Amino acid sequence: CIGDLDQTPEFDAVPDVVYRDPAQVKQVLARLYATLAVSGQQGPAGQPDITGIDEGFSNYLRQYWMAQELPTDEAIIAWNDGNLPDYNKLTWNANNNFVRAMYDRIFYQIALCNEFIRQTTDARMTERGLSDADKATIRVYRAEARFLRALSYWHAIDMFGNVPFADETAAVGGDLPQQRSRAEVFTFIETELKAIEGDLMAPRAEYARADKGACWTLLTKLYLNAQVYTGTPRYNEAVFYANEVLTKGGYSLSPAYRNLFRTDNNRSAARNEIIFPVTSDGRNTKTYGGMTFLVHAPVGGALDVFAADSFGIAGGWGGIRAKSTLVDKFDGGANSSDRRAMFFTTGQSRDITDIFTFSQGYLMTKYRNISSTGVQGSDAKVNGGEGNFIDTDFPMFRLADVELMYVEAVLRGGTGGTTGQALNYLNDIRRRAGATQLAALPAGAQGLQTVLDERARELYWEGHRRTDLIRFGLFTSGTYVWPFKGGATAGQGVAARFNLFPIPTTDLVANPNLQQNDPGY
Amino acid sequence: QTGAVSGRVLDEKQQPLPGVTVIIEGTQLGSSTNAEGQYLIQNVPAGPRTVVASFVGFSTQRIPVTVTAGQTASVTNIALGENTTLLNEAVVVGYGTTRRQDLTGSVEQISEKQFVKGQVTNPEQLVQGKVAGVQITTTSGQPGAASQIRIRGGSSLSASNDPLIVIDGVPVDNGTLRGASNPLTLINPNDIESITVLKDASATAIYGSRASNGVLLITTKRGVAGEKLRVNVTSQHSIATPVKYVDVLDGDEYRALVNARGSALSKSLLGTANTNWQKEIFRTAYTNDNTASVTGSMGKVPYRVSGGYLGQQGLLINNDLKRFTGSVGLTPVLLDGKLRVDMNVKGSWIDNNFSDQGAVGGAVFFDPTQSVRSSEAQFAPYGGYFQFLQPNGELVALAPRNPVGLVNQRRDRSTVKRSIGNIQLDYQLPFLKGLSANVNAGYDIQRGRGTTFVPTDAAADFNRGGRNNNYGQDRDNLLLETFGKYNREFGATRLELLAGYSWQQFKNTEYNYPEFRANRTVFQRAVAAYNGDSTIRQQYNLLSFYGRANLNFSGKYLFTATFRADGSSRFPTDNKFGYFPSAAFAWRLKDEGFLKDNSTVSDLKLRVGVGQTGQQDIGGFYDYLPRYQLSTTTAQYQFGDQFLRTLRSSGYNGQLKWETTTTYNAGLDFGFFGGRFYGSVDVYQRDTKDLLSFTQVAALVNLTNELNLNVGKLQNRGLEIQANVDAVQSERFNLSVNANAAFNRNEIKNLTSVSNANSVGNLVGGISGGVGNTVQINSVGFPAQSFYVYQQVYDQQTGRPLQGVVVDRNGDGVINGSDRYQYKSPRPQASLGFGSNMNYGKASLAFTFRSQLGNYVYNNVRSGANFSSNSLNYLYNVTPEINASGFTAGTDQVLLSDYFLENGSFLRLENVTLGYNFGSLAGENTNFGVSFAVQNAFLITNYSGLDPEAVRDGNLGIDNVVYPRARTFTLGLNLGF
Repeated sequence: CIGDLDQTPEFDAVPDVVYRDPAQVKQVLARLYATLAVSGQQGPAGQPDITGIDEGFSNYLRQYWMAQELPTDEAIIAWNDGNLPDYNKLTWNANNNFVRAMYDRIFYQIALCNEFIRQTTDARMTERGLSDADKATIRVYRAEARFLRALSYWHAIDMFGNVPFADETAAVGGDLPQQRSRAEVFTFIETELKAIEGDLMAPRAEYARADKGACWTLLTKLYLNAQVYTGTPRYNEAVFYANEVLTKGGYSLSPAYRNLFRTDNNRSAARNEIIFPVTSDGRNTKTYGGMTFLVHAPVGGALDVFAADSFGIAGGWGGIRAKSTLVDKFDGGANSSDRRAMFFTTGQSRDITDIFTFSQGYLMTKYRNISSTGVQGSDAKVNGGEGNFIDTDFPMFRLADVELMYVEAVLRGGTGGTTGQALNYLNDIRRRAGATQLAALPAGAQGLQTVLDERARELYWEGHRRTDLIRFGLFTSGTYVWPFKGGATAGQGVAARFNLFPIPTTDLVANPNLQQNDPGY
Repeated sequence: QTGAVSGRVLDEKQQPLPGVTVIIEGTQLGSSTNAEGQYLIQNVPAGPRTVVASFVGFSTQRIPVTVTAGQTASVTNIALGENTTLLNEAVVVGYGTTRRQDLTGSVEQISEKQFVKGQVTNPEQLVQGKVAGVQITTTSGQPGAASQIRIRGGSSLSASNDPLIVIDGVPVDNGTLRGASNPLTLINPNDIESITVLKDASATAIYGSRASNGVLLITTKRGVAGEKLRVNVTSQHSIATPVKYVDVLDGDEYRALVNARGSALSKSLLGTANTNWQKEIFRTAYTNDNTASVTGSMGKVPYRVSGGYLGQQGLLINNDLKRFTGSVGLTPVLLDGKLRVDMNVKGSWIDNNFSDQGAVGGAVFFDPTQSVRSSEAQFAPYGGYFQFLQPNGELVALAPRNPVGLVNQRRDRSTVKRSIGNIQLDYQLPFLKGLSANVNAGYDIQRGRGTTFVPTDAAADFNRGGRNNNYGQDRDNLLLETFGKYNREFGATRLELLAGYSWQQFKNTEYNYPEFRANRTVFQRAVAAYNGDSTIRQQYNLLSFYGRANLNFSGKYLFTATFRADGSSRFPTDNKFGYFPSAAFAWRLKDEGFLKDNSTVSDLKLRVGVGQTGQQDIGGFYDYLPRYQLSTTTAQYQFGDQFLRTLRSSGYNGQLKWETTTTYNAGLDFGFFGGRFYGSVDVYQRDTKDLLSFTQVAALVNLTNELNLNVGKLQNRGLEIQANVDAVQSERFNLSVNANAAFNRNEIKNLTSVSNANSVGNLVGGISGGVGNTVQINSVGFPAQSFYVYQQVYDQQTGRPLQGVVVDRNGDGVINGSDRYQYKSPRPQASLGFGSNMNYGKASLAFTFRSQLGNYVYNNVRSGANFSSNSLNYLYNVTPEINASGFTAGTDQVLLSDYFLENGSFLRLENVTLGYNFGSLAGENTNFGVSFAVQNAFLITNYSGLDPEAVRDGNLGIDNVVYPRARTFTLGLNLGF
């Protein structure tokens, strides 16, 4: 009778069964990728991964996008959800529920990866009687899991500085992790990426899998920002790994810029530019975060009329607009002939005096749930859906970014590349946009400013901006301001501590080993 | 010229009653009965006299007698009936009954006479306002809606705060069932004889793991041995009307507002009508409630059979409930009284018609300038109901839908069946006097099935082509209990021992069906779980060993000790069992020499007790086990061209254990003036440790960010007073009054394993307005669910609040979340109940007042009132608050301003009932009565919203738009023969 107290669920799996079957191991691996795309095990919502915040908000991509874009010169959001308005103004504190959600989501992903890596050591696979062929397959999966862990640790040090650290040697429910310095974690990421490079699949082997191309791109990003993370510049390595992508990856720019953000970006020529996507699907990968957020939130006002035909959705959410500083990056502003200037101005004012008024600030029509030929996505009403969920994949890493990183690393003195090649890359990107060709790369600060502005035009709203502005020393300073920076309508400088998000109080309370990065928080 | 009078006094069971005072009315002559119940009074003047026999705990009897000089007049045997309000009343306690005078714990029993009268459709409403320290909040006016029951403030934070409910010895499942809104609705209140509330640990600890939030013992009516067949029929008919509507702008006011302050787009959307949407969706509702019962005794088998039908309309159109209930109870005593059998089967069948509850809130805020229907062609695809449309005729995605369309274009029905039954055998073992064995086998099974149909032309599900879904859930619980009891008297000392074993199994089955369109084509396939089955089956078991010892020294010194060991399958191997002891002592001062003969004090008893109880109800069934959970087909991930259902390693807490509450209680039971003024006073402190808190787990330590952890401490302290006065007792006129008051202070003592000055606590209390906004917090040093708000700044001249201007409380020059502060609590400082029963001849009057003082309410309806010149292509109404504040944006500093916190103190006349009993109109042994009752007769409060008793998603003190409570007028008929 006492045995009645031992109950096991029959509809859930237990680790010992799962890790004996390579097909199920692959499903666990797919789950690690899915962390970036969805918010839980029930699409679009219902079985959340993390709690303490609305499930749709808790989505990794949505949080990452908001943290990287809303505090910058590129975007503003009208909503009054929790402490979200603080993002627009750079006034967050350690109790901000969005900062906490980003932090929790990152470390959730790392913990999930640790569990997979822990369960798939050679020793465990042998113990579970897997064949040599299966072991070889799973070894690739394991390298991908280590990539995804490295990616999230990179997000962690980029946003939070010194962070708690644990790898697969820690047990679930075990000791509280120690805090490691940003530089130590930098070294861990670097070592990991180099260690798995050989195990990963060749570039472009299978769409949406982390391959060597993704690994090289992440290394490039890591080295380009090394000065910020460790105090030591590593531009030579940045050039080296950008070159690996550019010369060995077999990637090519999408002929049309706009097609990078359409439903068929996994099938059309745009696919050749995408190095690492976060996939989305109107029928099979549903979430209220991710691409659902990115397509719906900028649509509203007079643009809402076009929701179905031009965006493949039932209606917009009326949230995100461009700040005037983004408009001004384009020659001719909103009317620029640059094909990347996708502004919608009807019924919208250029300038914003009230964060919460959606009609202030131009709208961006970059992300859409229609294909390169105008066909609406699979969940669109015309296709028997409800017009909520999106087929378009998010291009987290793409070739144009790597080309611009090459240009910047060379301009910053990285060896192994040439300014001539750099100019070619820059002009390739500008040619596609219909922008004028540059005759030469300006040297020094002017050249760097050119790259930063080009990055704004090419990569706006793709989740790069905060990191870029910090690398250029412009994120908190008063030398470059944008609307509502520091809470002022015209913008003002803020304290240097805002270069990092605070470690949330919730974790400081749960783990006494941690210290806040900046005592100002 | 005198004679004598003699006779005998017996109790209801024809046993002699010693010590009864017998006097000759109007004289000083009297005597008391001896051990055989006999008395003799001499020197009584001759003539017609009246003998009066009275005894504490029994009703007084008067017998006329004619005394003849020199003779001894023999009086017929006087049978005294027990007076149930007094000390000898049998009180139901855990695993048995005891006399009230022998209680050592804080126990309150409310029996039928004291129940709230009138249109009571849910059992818990019978005792609403009747018991000190029991707060019963009606969460909605929807037929069959659940009430929130809190005993002594609630001892848990994240885990359940619901009390354990035991119906005729079967602890019932409190879990929700799909298609049923309140598990207790399934019991017909007319079948209930008494409800006992066990409040302190010495009373509850025998129920161990599930008793931390108190225990409600519900006892249903039974037949009595030797009783003649008796039929009782009651029929109640009532009319319910909305008490008031949420005050919003009417069409003209709203037009004026938009024309003054709206954008050109907003102005262009205005209509010309004046529609009161709330009046469009609410109605006057009719309810009838009928119960017929037959009680009697077939030979040695007393029985009671009852059947009931309740047809209750909701105020909301298309919302009603039909309930059929039946019960059979057999209570034979066999084998020369050695074997007592108690068999009960109760069943109910409920047909719910839910309508569309979303219309309740929808109607408040829907644009009052639009008409309900329109003949314009663009509305034809939507059934002719006005909807906000795009220029191309498509629905505006984010716009609210026409509330009348919502209720008329939805059929949402469920059928819920439930049966609870048990057989209990109590056998006095022949080989040892005083030893008995008891076996109780019971079940509680529930079936919930429902369908939801929305036609293709309904705007609600227009884009997906309507809806034609079904759902199903089963809950099956089994109980097996066995205990032995030993009673022994050693002179004046009585010993009672009890030891038992209990096994309970809880099974939950949920069926997954595909999502269908209205035409029954599949919109989304059903999802199969990991084992390939689309049905989810879960189970947990409880296993317990328990014991109790009662020691009674000459009725003066009473000791009780209990112990329970409870095992739950919800916890890991090493932590499965929790151990819950209690001890209590009571001293009946009344029986001490110095009070024994005091005629003013009829009862005085001091009680002290301490004990521990547990909590294991955390929702999840397998929270301590590592599990890999398969995703649905809608949360797959794409590799190449292939979609994979993913497997998630879920978070788990391998160290999960019981939450434990230690309760200290001291009480005084008193009675004065022959028991006409009686009651009790209790003080208590309850300390909960190892709180099962759903809270942050350190990053990287587990496979999620929040888990049920055993951290934190919570304290409740309080004072309860219960008093009853039988103010007038006479043959024609009787008046009794009962009053109760409870004061509870709740404070969180600790929430985390580490303290940190920056830690504000856990945000709770979701509100509407934005997504994920919360207005309450659990913070150390404050009551749970304290409000957490900004401090509003007001214009010094006008006194109006300044929009978005709040006090920079931490003085850092920045207004952000750090400037919020804990302010007031939704918990009442005092809860009061006051009721009275009176009768004059055949007429009777009863009423119940309830009051709460010092409870605060966040008025979420008011806080939504801001009006901005926006670019939305739809309109929504606001409350007149817009004229008071003039707010134009719902920023967080506006929405979470303390400006919207209001004192929710109130006094409510819960019920008043006037009755007339015609007596035996239709012949001997018949009875006919009529009554007229008003429910929710009036409410006195300064609160500006509909009702200060607000609960949103289980969060007390947040007044969003809820289904309003009706005012109900009931005509009741009662016929017995």
